Amino acid sequence: MAGGSVIAEAEAQLRDGLESAAARVPGQLGRAGLVAVALGYVGAFLVLPLVVVFAMAFSQGLAAFLQAIQDPDAVAAIALTLTVAAIAVPLNLVFGVCAAWAITKYDFRGKGALITLIDLPFAVSPVISGLVFVLLFGANGWFGDWLAARDLKVVFAIPGILLATVFVTFPFVARELIPLMQAQGREAEETAISLGASGWQTFLYVTLPNVRLGLLYGVLLCNARAMGEFGAVSVVSGHIRGMTNTMPLHIEILYNEYDQVGAFATASLLALLALVTLVIKTMIERRDPAARAARRGAGH
Amino acid sequence: MRRHLPLLLAALLATLGAGTAGAARVELLNASYDPTREFYVEFNRAFAAHWKASTGDEVRVRQSHGGSGKQARSVIDGLPADVVTLALAYDVDALRRNGGLVPANWQSRLPDNSAPYTSTIVFLVRKGNPKNIRDWSDLVRPGVQVITPNPKTSGGARWNYLAAWAWAIRQPQATPASAEAYLRRLFANVPVLDSGARGASVTFVERGIGDVLLAWENEALLARSALGAGRFDIVMPSLSILAEPSVAVVDKVVDRKGTRRVAEAYLRFLYSKQGQELAAKHHFRVRDPQVAARSRAEHPEVAMVTIDQAFGGWDKANAAHFADGGSFDRIYRR
Repeated sequence: MAGGSVIAEAEAQLRDGLESAAARVPGQLGRAGLVAVALGYVGAFLVLPLVVVFAMAFSQGLAAFLQAIQDPDAVAAIALTLTVAAIAVPLNLVFGVCAAWAITKYDFRGKGALITLIDLPFAVSPVISGLVFVLLFGANGWFGDWLAARDLKVVFAIPGILLATVFVTFPFVARELIPLMQAQGREAEETAISLGASGWQTFLYVTLPNVRLGLLYGVLLCNARAMGEFGAVSVVSGHIRGMTNTMPLHIEILYNEYDQVGAFATASLLALLALVTLVIKTMIERRDPAARAARRGAGH
Repeated sequence: MRRHLPLLLAALLATLGAGTAGAARVELLNASYDPTREFYVEFNRAFAAHWKASTGDEVRVRQSHGGSGKQARSVIDGLPADVVTLALAYDVDALRRNGGLVPANWQSRLPDNSAPYTSTIVFLVRKGNPKNIRDWSDLVRPGVQVITPNPKTSGGARWNYLAAWAWAIRQPQATPASAEAYLRRLFANVPVLDSGARGASVTFVERGIGDVLLAWENEALLARSALGAGRFDIVMPSLSILAEPSVAVVDKVVDRKGTRRVAEAYLRFLYSKQGQELAAKHHFRVRDPQVAARSRAEHPEVAMVTIDQAFGGWDKANAAHFADGGSFDRIYRR
């Protein structure tokens, strides 16, 4: 996972490279060819699947689509997905900022281990991420008897889904911020502190403005994964209709019930939620010319 | 993270608790296997009406579906199912073997081996039967692709496997070795092994893979009527197996939740006229002779073995065929 600035840098280098390559290609042909390849690739691998989802969702008309997404089980799945994302994303936002701050602004023992551990959820298969919670909190798990005695449910209930989601989306914010904050160094913060700013003020007025776009990317990626996670959630869900099915699980169930319209209607909503987050990102970037310029300029 | 989690969990549990305490109705969870989805949607509604009429109480039955073995595993791991309605007795018995969630005599607590509806294993082929598949012997012809799920995880697949074995062992001069050789050839013709019966149906029906699907009769009839109108034919092999999906109240769960009475009534309702009619509507072979007579056209007579006669019960069948090192492991390690 590279930080936004790193991506921007790569983009800039690639652009420079392409421009000089294009300059060497005689005439407009090379440029047009490259553009065609890029557009064709994007069309085939990104746009077409998206179009298929929406086409299938509306294949039997708007009424069938509306009916499908108003089904009580579908509504419950949508609500659960949004709830889980609404809890998991802020949790990992707070953690990610704390971890990135601690790692980049302070020196302490075990820093390397912490960085490695943050990456753990990326390295582990989602099935395992789900299974560890069953092994911990399931009826035969380490804490199974303790929970049963208190009539608390974790796996096959919402807390388990939340735990699994928090686990798999753990690294996004921290991973986005760490390289960015490392690149920026500590001078600005140290100056602020020496001028008498408190820690909180330093964070709010010095650090945060410098990293806000990286933070935004991290939150968006975290949110997308939180809403879309399938594997880990599937293991801990128990698939109780109207209770513990998230949108991705509900989509699979409907597909397996030969309910194409229902499955794709829910899938199109999930895709739409992803598109909405992208639009929000673009809008924030537009409104934030300084940050945009900083991002563009990061590579130069 | 650590500091926030207990707080968060407490908040969540509190909201969940508040939600259930306010409502005056009972909730049951039925953990079932794949091909019963459509049936239980309708049955649950009928039972809620019946329960309301006879006791005045509201009951809502929630459903969870998946491969039969996987569902049993989830209940053992703590899925709070009041009742299980699984594909085979062996999976219900797993609840006894692992943690004693049901007592040893669970199968004799309800009539007919605790199997209120039955089915059998049939072949679903493409319209007009282009590969001319008539019986088990045709499944091992070269060039015939057979779709069946993984017997390690799917109850339906176990019935498929045992039906094939039962046929093979009844051929002239057959030995266990020749039956195993037959299944080895059969599985050499299986291009994909889905984890559940429904997954296999989707592979065959929607993805168009394979020439023949070994399926529950009810699943084959559903696929034929629901979306494959005019696209599929059902072929009855010369010999099949009586598939008895078993149901049971999960004692440990109902005693903790205090739902035993309604859970038991729920399962007994499966044996009622109305329950049997709904099961018949969803293509099961039912126990009630009058209801069964009405749907005879859908269920032709077929010679069937039973698990007890042909295999000496599930424990033996499982040890011989599906346990680690059983016949399926031997033939599938190519």
